[in-house]
Amino acid sequence: MLYERPKTLQDAVGMLAETRGKAFVLAGGTDLLVRMKSDEFDANLIVDIKSIEGMSEIVETDGAFVIGAAVCCAALGEHEALRDAWPGVVEAANLIGSTQIQGRCTIAGNLCNASPAADSVPALVAAGARAKIVGPDGTRTVDVQEIPLGPGKTSLKAGELVQSIDLPKPAPRSADAYLRFIPRTEMDIAVVGVAVNLTLDADGTVASARVALGAVAPTVVLSEAAAGTLLGTRLEDEALDALAAACSAASNPIDDKRGTIEFRKHVAGVLGRRAARMAYDRAGGA
Amino acid sequence: MSAIAVSTTINGDDVEFLCQPDETLLDVLRNRLGLLGSKEGCGTGDCGACSTVMDGRVVCSCLVLGAEAEGHTIETIEGMAQGKDLHPLQRKFIEHAALQCGICTPGFLVTAKALLEVNPDPTEEEIRFWLAGNLCRCTGYDKIVRAVQDAAREMRGEVA
Ligand SMILES: Cc1cc2nc3c(=O)[nH]c(=O)nc-3n(C[C@H](O)[C@H](O)[C@H](O)COP(=O)(O)OP(=O)(O)OC[C@H]3O[C@@H](n4cnc5c(N)ncnc54)[C@H](O)[C@@H]3O)c2cc1C
Ligand code: FES
Ligand code: FES
Repeated sequence: MLYERPKTLQDAVGMLAETRGKAFVLAGGTDLLVRMKSDEFDANLIVDIKSIEGMSEIVETDGAFVIGAAVCCAALGEHEALRDAWPGVVEAANLIGSTQIQGRCTIAGNLCNASPAADSVPALVAAGARAKIVGPDGTRTVDVQEIPLGPGKTSLKAGELVQSIDLPKPAPRSADAYLRFIPRTEMDIAVVGVAVNLTLDADGTVASARVALGAVAPTVVLSEAAAGTLLGTRLEDEALDALAAACSAASNPIDDKRGTIEFRKHVAGVLGRRAARMAYDRAGGA
Repeated sequence: MSAIAVSTTINGDDVEFLCQPDETLLDVLRNRLGLLGSKEGCGTGDCGACSTVMDGRVVCSCLVLGAEAEGHTIETIEGMAQGKDLHPLQRKFIEHAALQCGICTPGFLVTAKALLEVNPDPTEEEIRFWLAGNLCRCTGYDKIVRAVQDAAREMRGEVA
């Protein structure tokens, strides 16, 4: 196995595209190194992207926050403007692992690892985040939910890597929230995670909504039905009941030792209701 | 596999070493550099016994490749005491009997020191969350939390 640390994106893409055999991008390594230790792991090349210029920066433009693929999640929590704009994305990213994991892990890695339970991904999907991808054929930008295809599988082609995750600047009176259920208070894998992103009218009615559910299907579920229950409401009890029912209905989870199907569906509704309330309050709704 | 030459700074000293591409920083510290303070509890990022500081952030050295240390600054438990003068956290861990077998202790000390650098006056809850990635199977966490609180008080110049 070779370890390479390219300084430019072009070099990184070249190395990934030219290698015969298996190649892996290395960001924070908090998934990849755990995998490397298993006997089945087999790779010819590891491309460490942390020395590529600009990869470790968060750039605020007029319309967006451009988060380099090597920015660790702890740095997201330290970025005041980003926290103010996307509190839910930042709280989801900061839920990943421990202090030690936060110092390394990235949201791009969380996305590309394609775990159904990845914490930052529902929040990114609800926020309408886009991933900028570079590869042998140039650059393309896709909605983040187009990258994970199922557990451990992505739509990235040979030689491609995610350069940045781009979050749009939110409209006025907007906010998001993310909640997950885990059996402990820290350091565990989401049994269910729900992200809600709302924009309110001047009078406090919900003008637009996005609701994304994690760990209840092979990939994140962006539920239009759940979002629709909130439109035109001020989160009255009936609206929240309808949202909870829609979140449960949109969930198609597995049964395992960490939660039964019935439990997961129920919790999806409970968390949807609470996350909506949080997002609404943050957006300035009363 | 051919070895990689790495130059880095560890506890303030320039250090050069050779390592294999798949060798972790923890293995380099322990097996090549004789720095045996960082421990391997799990090797998968769950226990924090291998905690070291890299460019000011605490990381699990079992989840960092030795090669990734190139050009970076590493601090380990060996750099914590100044000669024979123990760091306040080290003294308070002893005073409060916040250790038994001691395997988890270097990781707790390194991680707690990083906390007090960013937050000199943490609440109990903040201490417990910050240290959630450090597992102890002997002592129970109360004594550890109390030792950190006491050290923080002393470091803030309040009478203990
Ligand atoms: C102790 C522990 C606790 C954890 N807790 C949580 C948790 O609570 N919630 C959670 O969601 N996850 C958790 N994780 C998993 C992991 O930390 C996250 O998925 C993390 O975000 C991965 O990011 P990374 O930068 O470390 O990825 P890496 O390990 O570097 O990469 C992950 C995968 O994505 C690929 N990849 C990375 N970056 C790119 C890129 N830019 N372009 C293309 N491919 C790329 C890699 O090749 C690899 O296959 C935990 C892991 C550990 C060890
Ligand atoms: S040995 Fe690194 S976290 Fe357990
Ligand atoms: S003192 Fe033995 S594991 Fe903590």
